Amino acid sequence: MTVSDPKAPPDGAAVTELDDSVEISTEEGRRLAERLADNRPHARKLLEVRNLSTQFFTGDGVVHAVDEVSFDVDYGETLGLVGESGCGKSVTALSLVRLVPDPPGRITDGQIIFDGIDIMKLSRNEMRRLRGRKIGFIFQDPMTSLNPTLPVGFQISESARTHLGLSRSAAGDRAVELLSKVGIPRARDRMGDYPHQFSGGMRQRVMIAIALACDPMLLLADEPTTALDVTIQAQILDLIRSLSDEFGTAVILITHDLGIAAGMCRRVNVMYAGRIVETGIVDDVFEKARHPYAWGLLDSLPRLTDVRASRLRTIEGMPPDLVDPGVECRFSPRCRFAQDVCRTSEPELTERPGEGHMARCFGTEPGGWIP
Amino acid sequence: MTEQTGAIEAGLPLERRKSSGLWTDAFRRLLRNRLAIIGGILVIFLFFIAAVGPLITPWTYYEQHTDEVIANRNRPLAPMQQIEGVDHLHYLGTDELGRDLLSRLMDGARISVMVALVVQFVVLVIGIPVGAAAAWFGGRTDSILMRITDVVYAYPDLLFIILLGVAFKETFFGRAMDGLLLVFVAIGLTSWVTMARLVRGQLLSLKETEFVEAAKAIGVSDRKIVTRHLLPNATGPIIVAVTLGIPAAILAEATLAFIGIGVQAPRASWGSLVADGNSYVRSFPHLVIFPAMCIAVALISFTFLGDGLRDALDPKLKGKQ
Repeated sequence: MTVSDPKAPPDGAAVTELDDSVEISTEEGRRLAERLADNRPHARKLLEVRNLSTQFFTGDGVVHAVDEVSFDVDYGETLGLVGESGCGKSVTALSLVRLVPDPPGRITDGQIIFDGIDIMKLSRNEMRRLRGRKIGFIFQDPMTSLNPTLPVGFQISESARTHLGLSRSAAGDRAVELLSKVGIPRARDRMGDYPHQFSGGMRQRVMIAIALACDPMLLLADEPTTALDVTIQAQILDLIRSLSDEFGTAVILITHDLGIAAGMCRRVNVMYAGRIVETGIVDDVFEKARHPYAWGLLDSLPRLTDVRASRLRTIEGMPPDLVDPGVECRFSPRCRFAQDVCRTSEPELTERPGEGHMARCFGTEPGGWIP
Repeated sequence: MTEQTGAIEAGLPLERRKSSGLWTDAFRRLLRNRLAIIGGILVIFLFFIAAVGPLITPWTYYEQHTDEVIANRNRPLAPMQQIEGVDHLHYLGTDELGRDLLSRLMDGARISVMVALVVQFVVLVIGIPVGAAAAWFGGRTDSILMRITDVVYAYPDLLFIILLGVAFKETFFGRAMDGLLLVFVAIGLTSWVTMARLVRGQLLSLKETEFVEAAKAIGVSDRKIVTRHLLPNATGPIIVAVTLGIPAAILAEATLAFIGIGVQAPRASWGSLVADGNSYVRSFPHLVIFPAMCIAVALISFTFLGDGLRDALDPKLKGKQ
């Protein structure tokens, strides 16, 4: 299977006017417009997130869903974001494309620099140009993420028509190309089919095709395989990996499955209660974890060597209420190593042995009490 | 790798399955509903009469056969009554002025169909944008639009239409289409509220779906999300509401005509035919019975069709039967 250069419209394709005229009203928007044409790197890092805080203003108070999160993504790199439900993984991803539902949510602080462009400074319309064009998004549940009343061909070509200004037929050709690229047989025949005529795995392939329609530089995959059964999971992950390698797309893979993170990513961020608690190369984090929460996560994985019918290991307790997190280490109530200092102040992310390996724990800092 | 997995996943039959769209399925379910079919056939018949009526009608609706009425001792002709020396029959009789009742009923069908179309057009043109805007923008826009809707809803329809009719009676607008346009627009202006509420409700729930989130994530504009992603998903309920709104509009027009508002003589709608015949109802009941039957049959047909459509388009029934 060959795929033509997505940046150039297919042969003989008429390039029509972009169907949405972009009003460029900001300096950052102007820079974005200049950079839309190709995927050359324009900065040191593809994505730099600094002190990102996203809060939800609810009737019960302000929920600190994402609290001063900072991380980088290199060009073409696959970064894992792992943690349990409600730890802020998905909100982090939505914040990156400024799709946090508002109200009640709002990005209250921080900087997001994508390819050298400060996306917090983009206007709404400029932001729309970026979404789908430079940042693709794969959602968790392919059963509900496709519009049931539109043929899949339309839904795939919609992105290309919106962003690349392709004509209907050129965008259709591109959609066929993408569909066969993501492993859907007889792609051209299936263009007119509706989502309900596809299985879950096939629909997730369609979602991937949509996300990759404009050859984005960054792919946000929010638990892309959670809704799928295990065999299909492996296929979808293989597909994401091979396509991101082929197109040089960076991926932020959000998952609660450490096995997936270990297999797919070079680096992982472990999140807990809206904070990054440990970050580093996969090998360091998984083999030389320096945060009790990471140990707990790793320990809770079932192993083949486990005695049959033995109980699964869990982390005792519940994640904290994020309405008023307090000043203590957020994991301290569940941590069997916690000492007084953990309950009166919160540790910073500090360096640990290993490339870029950092953890947020007093106990494992040099001179700490945890070996 | 992709070819391999593709082949594995394509555990589906290799020959082309017949692509059955959502609408095909719904249509098939509709065809299983006998009442809906009867209603549908009658509705098609009504539209057919309205469309080609003037070509097949025996006489025009205003042509007077005064000689025959005089020969009948100044009485309206009964159905199938043969007058000596006249070689034609009035199948449904005539009124007191010698106008053929069948021809007048056929012209009345045109009026009813026009009501159905024009009123629902007004309803769609106002109701959908208002409902969609309220749902999409939410907040203050929603409150303002919905309060306006509440006010219109609370105001007595008939009073509003009568006031409008009186106010514009002598203007160009009041005279357009034999005075019908005014009535149609007036009925439309009181009927869009239900559509606006329906559309708002539908869109509010659709707005939260993940495919809308997905559309936002690929940078689709707000306008296109509403028109391409939200409204098509609400088409079913909208079609049902339109179909069930038609009998209400026909009835409203008939009511107005009965009390003398709207269509101007010599034209007559079914409602005004009932009103005219009302004075002779004891001696010549056919003058009331036939137009009343027309109204009843039209209303029931649309209602059956609408109910059938509601069942056929209900996603919860998908795959049943």
